[in-house]
Amino acid sequence: MTNLFILQLLNGLQFGVLLFLIAAGLTLVFGIMDFVNLAHGVLYMVGAYLMATFVAMTGSFTLGMLLAIPAALVFGLLVEYLVIRKLYHRSHLDQVLATFGLVMIVSEGVKIIWGSAPLSVPVPELLSGSIALVGPLQYPVYRLAIIATGLLAALMLYLLVNHTRIGMLLRAGATNQRMVAALGVNITRLFTMIFAFGVMLACFAGAMVAPILSVDTGMGESVLILTFVVIVIGGIGSIRGAFLGALLVAMVDTLGRTFGPILLRMVMDSSDASQVGRTLAPMLVYILMAAILFAKPDGLFGRKTT
Amino acid sequence: MSVAEQPMPRARMLGRTKAAWVIFALAALLPAFAALTNDPFLTVIGTRILAFAIAAMALDLILGYGAMVSFGHAAYIGFGAYSVAILSRYGITDISLHILAAMAVSAVFATITGAISIRTRGIYFIMITLAFGQMAYFFFVSLSAFGGDDGTTLADRSTFFGTRFLESDLSLYYVTLAILIGLFLLASRLVMSRFGRVLTGTRENMTRMEAVGFRPFRYQLTAFVISGCMTSIAGVILANQAEFISPAFMSWHISGELIVMVVLGGIGNLTGAIGGAVIALLLEEIIGIFTHHWKLYFGIILILVVLYSPGGVSGLVERIRGPRK
Repeated sequence: MTNLFILQLLNGLQFGVLLFLIAAGLTLVFGIMDFVNLAHGVLYMVGAYLMATFVAMTGSFTLGMLLAIPAALVFGLLVEYLVIRKLYHRSHLDQVLATFGLVMIVSEGVKIIWGSAPLSVPVPELLSGSIALVGPLQYPVYRLAIIATGLLAALMLYLLVNHTRIGMLLRAGATNQRMVAALGVNITRLFTMIFAFGVMLACFAGAMVAPILSVDTGMGESVLILTFVVIVIGGIGSIRGAFLGALLVAMVDTLGRTFGPILLRMVMDSSDASQVGRTLAPMLVYILMAAILFAKPDGLFGRKTT
Repeated sequence: MSVAEQPMPRARMLGRTKAAWVIFALAALLPAFAALTNDPFLTVIGTRILAFAIAAMALDLILGYGAMVSFGHAAYIGFGAYSVAILSRYGITDISLHILAAMAVSAVFATITGAISIRTRGIYFIMITLAFGQMAYFFFVSLSAFGGDDGTTLADRSTFFGTRFLESDLSLYYVTLAILIGLFLLASRLVMSRFGRVLTGTRENMTRMEAVGFRPFRYQLTAFVISGCMTSIAGVILANQAEFISPAFMSWHISGELIVMVVLGGIGNLTGAIGGAVIALLLEEIIGIFTHHWKLYFGIILILVVLYSPGGVSGLVERIRGPRK
């Protein structure tokens, strides 16, 4: 039982850092640009598909990653230039619609180019296998590597936002966009940079999970909505909020699915418990979101919206 | 939020109402046309379109008049559809009871989720309604007694006050049309009433409405609940039309498409939403004739409309006809 708990805790942590990578870019886009981007999930998916293609092409995980990230970045910048840039000063409704259109185009485009069958990416040689943790407990090295890279990325992001000039502009832009523009900062270029940065993080996340998930056309959507929950819980525009929110959501989801039925079995008989558990577990994160919003409508670290 | 339009002159309002009646008249003639061209499938598509017109009109009530961009309205379609499936399995087959149950469930869900969502604005509201919609979706995905992810077929359509009237596609079509017209009249009355004017007021300027002495929250929540209940009726019809239910009815893509319909037709006038539903679904069918990848082209059209034709199709019509006095 303790072993299972540690195992699930690690799984939750791994899922959490992944969610954070995706949410970090998006929360900046939402918070600083006041822009609703539904297409963030499909960009994550494109990252995974590019990874699958390049790894298959070069036969090397590292080379694949080195090619996939710039390619995804080019794609993201193209999307920004063609569509997103025209929407910065439009209503949220227009942004929702146009990026919803993007979701349709990209997911259908991916189906046309790569087909509907899921792709798989081999785990790199160096990181394959498992290592022993405590006692008989084994954990795959690759998943530990994801946790480590994710935490490293979080640390770098923290340093970038809090201790560099670009980070200062980001924070300033989030607080008062007009004032920053009036002081001579090119806001459009700043926006493009933020967007590109978010795309890169999302694609990196997509490329990292490609070996442990099957790469398919639905992968962007399930993650997108969870990312929204993370951002809403953490507060729009807050990287710190995104980090805590991501860990919270991932832990509740992972532990809820495993231990929900086990806990319920103490109060009801086992077949009922597993049925109720299965029904409740996927809803837990939304209930958590509702509870947090009920207490704090702007999320844990959000600024006042009204 | 700049979804607000200019206040609409009464003459234009009447013009829009006329346009709605033209759509209803054409819809009433569709089965005759289907019989002439010997294409009964038209009536089936027609029922689908009219059902979505109900849902789009319900969404317009809060999106257009209350500036609440709900991205979770597909949930109510799901409540409607599953009311039919669940009650039918326990021997309650009448459509009036199905609609009643669908509205009751929707009212409860809309009250709870609305009370939490309406306290927030802008991007938050969009994301929260989306998340709640997804919560409902996952609930039905894990409901293995009704097929879970795969859904389940209905043994029979709902009975109509004890008769098997709805088994014919034609009568289902006309019942749907009648419901649409009824709800259109109801919604038109609603938006012209004191309640509707207060709601429109909150869309234009919340602070001013509070200063005048209204509590916007109550009006917005009431509108949210009414809209959810109306949308669930569309779900009851769609389940009967397809004789099949699955969580796919309530995926977030459907919520997105509902918003597309409302905006395509022009927000803040009920006729636009109805027209938008007709246009969007016809477009899907027509592109679908030529290619399986209709979503690709639909997405492109959508982006072009958003970028280059503010106000949707009715905005386009107005620009072509020039400004009216």
